[in-house]
Amino acid sequence: MILYELLPYDALRLIWWLLLGVLLIGFALTDGFDMGVGALLPFVGKTDVERRIVINTVGPVWEGNQVWFILGGGAIFAAWPPLYAVSFSGFYLAMFAVLAALILRPVAFKYRSKRESVIWRNSWDWALFVGGAVPALIFGVAVGNVLQGVPFELTPDLFSRYEGSYYGKFLGLLNPFALLTGVVSFAMLTTHGAAWLSLKAEGVVAERARSIGVVTGLMTITGFAVSGLWLLLVIEGYALTGDIVTDGPSNPLYSEVQRTSTWLSAYVARPWIIIAPLLGFAGMTMAVLGLRKGREVSTLLWSKLGIFGAISTVGLTMFPFILPSSLHPNSSLTVWDSSSSHQTLFIMLVVTVIFMPLILAYTAWVYKVLWGKVTEADVTGNSDTVY
Amino acid sequence: MELDIVELSRLQFAMTALYHFLFVPLTLGLSILVAIMETVYVMTGRPIWRQMTKFWGTLFGINFVLGVATGITMEFQFGMNWSYYSHYVGDIFGAPLAIEGLMAFFLEATFVGLFFFGWDKLSRVGHLTVTWLVAIGSNFSALWILIANGWMQNPVGAQFNPDTMRMEMTSFFEVVFNEVAQAKFVHTVSAGYVTASVFVLGVSAWYLLKGRHMPMARRSITVAASFGLASALSVVVLGDESGYSASHTQRMKLAAMEGMWETHEAPAPFNLIGLPDQEARETHYAIEIPWVMGLIGTRSLTETIPGINDLVAEAETRIESGIAAYDALMTIREQRSETAPQVRDTFEENSGNLGFAFLLLRYMDDPRDATPEDIARAAEDTIPGVAPLFWSFRVMVGLGFAFIGVMIYFFWRSSFCQQSYPRWALRLAVAIIPAPWIAAELGWFVAEFGRQPWTVDGILPTALSVSHLSIQDVLLTLTGFVTFYTILFVVEMSLMLKYIRKGPYQDVEETEIWNARHEHRLRTHDGQVPFATPAE
Repeated sequence: MILYELLPYDALRLIWWLLLGVLLIGFALTDGFDMGVGALLPFVGKTDVERRIVINTVGPVWEGNQVWFILGGGAIFAAWPPLYAVSFSGFYLAMFAVLAALILRPVAFKYRSKRESVIWRNSWDWALFVGGAVPALIFGVAVGNVLQGVPFELTPDLFSRYEGSYYGKFLGLLNPFALLTGVVSFAMLTTHGAAWLSLKAEGVVAERARSIGVVTGLMTITGFAVSGLWLLLVIEGYALTGDIVTDGPSNPLYSEVQRTSTWLSAYVARPWIIIAPLLGFAGMTMAVLGLRKGREVSTLLWSKLGIFGAISTVGLTMFPFILPSSLHPNSSLTVWDSSSSHQTLFIMLVVTVIFMPLILAYTAWVYKVLWGKVTEADVTGNSDTVY
Repeated sequence: MELDIVELSRLQFAMTALYHFLFVPLTLGLSILVAIMETVYVMTGRPIWRQMTKFWGTLFGINFVLGVATGITMEFQFGMNWSYYSHYVGDIFGAPLAIEGLMAFFLEATFVGLFFFGWDKLSRVGHLTVTWLVAIGSNFSALWILIANGWMQNPVGAQFNPDTMRMEMTSFFEVVFNEVAQAKFVHTVSAGYVTASVFVLGVSAWYLLKGRHMPMARRSITVAASFGLASALSVVVLGDESGYSASHTQRMKLAAMEGMWETHEAPAPFNLIGLPDQEARETHYAIEIPWVMGLIGTRSLTETIPGINDLVAEAETRIESGIAAYDALMTIREQRSETAPQVRDTFEENSGNLGFAFLLLRYMDDPRDATPEDIARAAEDTIPGVAPLFWSFRVMVGLGFAFIGVMIYFFWRSSFCQQSYPRWALRLAVAIIPAPWIAAELGWFVAEFGRQPWTVDGILPTALSVSHLSIQDVLLTLTGFVTFYTILFVVEMSLMLKYIRKGPYQDVEETEIWNARHEHRLRTHDGQVPFATPAE
């Protein structure tokens, strides 16, 4: 099998770094509105019928959307094994909270309307709220911590060790900057959920969603601006020093890393990346305007652009870092030293090139079949088949 | 204290995997049964088959969602609790997991929504296609996860890379067409089909006993018994295939399942029952069937199957070779490209046994310090718990044969006795509903407990695979998962029972009208309905 040498190792690493971005963005764009809708549910739906309308706007699609999350895990495992090994064990309790919330969510969707009892239904509604709000918040907190560096080190055997006791490790995640990025993530996905409800629901539900969405949209814009300034002015950055080998073996300890005063240096070295935060601001601003004016399809698209811009900002600012280590900077994981082998990256790329277009095509087809608003009649008339 | 983290992590993994596997087999089989029923509907246009599709589809949905929910944990748990494992073999093991997402999860999850919500949005054939895509997606996911698992049992197509301190893939083809993976895949999906068939059979039998929904129940029994018979036969035949592949890939597991301490002259006998004694290294009161073990394990009368004691002796030699590999590895790591070629050669020669040197890390920091006593102790660690394996295996196989018997009987009554079923048989069918789950969980236990002390057979010991976590971390999540999953399981069972009691509730009127007309057409000249009721 020399076939895989058709693509050089460093090019494959770069492609897989882009694909990692595609997966995270794909997850935020699709499952993001499910989480936003979950977070909005108790506030935009007051009666049982209203809540069922809200739930049924995502009812047929949340399951497929959630696969972006699962695939994210699988793809990180396959393409970036050190990242998979270090991050999920390092964020252990936070991951547990995310998993618990995300396990609750499918069950809540499916079981909520299977009994008439008010207590039963209310409990599952709050489960849906938790299943949407908690992961949205924690993902943002995780990003905030990654930008500051995570306290881990690799032994010469590449076993990863962490600093701090178990509760200290978890509470350490909740620092001011990370809480801010957590709020930005939460507000951003809630706005996205509002844009979805504005398109898929009507009447009072859509109106409530729009008015909440305007507030969370403004929160997103402000929070994004503040955290951006904080990042560029205060948060210490990381930089590779010495000879940068881009196609060497995947051993993070082979490269040398230095702390820099702030992440601003990334924007000095690659000024063009400013386009990412600009897209984020533009998308979010237009989404807020769209929500105020009651535009439907375009608002959802602008909101997607905003999310695309925000996540790209994080990736491009940190490049080539994926998971910097605050405890032992040389252990930091970068694009050039924490991937799978040349052959595995190539095979996974071939598989992705075959299946990703298929997935996008049939997902689009399903959305097309389900096109149109969910109305009160849909919910009350088909109690047997809908949620 | 290190050991406790290992035990707790193992317990958590076993617990979450066994819970997950309560839902998966039914999903695998019921998706196909539902697709078969809908196919009959589309081909005949008879509304009762649509009602059956929707009814069993509802139960499928209640079960499916918990399979999905508990599956989320599985995808991330390797990284959370088995960090060193993830680093060490992620280059190979990660690929099938990612492909599973791309090829299978997206397919089943995207279309399962349309299965429930798309009845009046799609044409008949369109909806049928969606149902089949869900079934195919579910079954594909079993394929890829078993390719991943098969590699842990029989790690082919990979090599250790001293630069990256991990195993790396050398042949994707070998990983995919790993004989263990293929044998496991067909065995596992067949077990899923048996589970669903027994489930449909049992629930339908309950309806017949109650005299409710008889037309639907009769048809369901016919489908379940035919499909179940084929599956029950294949689960045993293909399980035997697994046994055959174990005889040359996982000889220790096979010997332990058999309680076979000494190498027996070929062809070896099969211990039908007995009392394995790990301390005395002997299986007491064994009742032997001559030749059978040799035939199952080697498909010959002349090849020998090594016993546990010989395999332990072999492990000692492999540990010694592993120490040589470890020594060379340390030099390579220090001197990198300046390493002398002789050292590289020594490493290449012995690198296949590197994992055996890691067995010593439980007792010391550097395997090179090992005394002959240490080596003997580490070699003895390669024996898994014999008695639990011996018994789990026998119960599983016994149940497997019982399912064949039940399915033959119901197939015969359904095909040649006017679908009349005596009440005792119906009661039996209800009583055995839990049995396939027991068999499936035991099958998981035999495969994974039998792999110990390794996570990847001969490559990476379990004790070395864990994350750097505190006891409190794992205790907290273990308690959390147990509590949380138990609540969900109780909720699921209550809904399942509620919807079984409720019976089919969709398209009721249309189906009843059709059914009355259909039975009228079938009436014989003496005015009798041609199907006997179980009360007669």
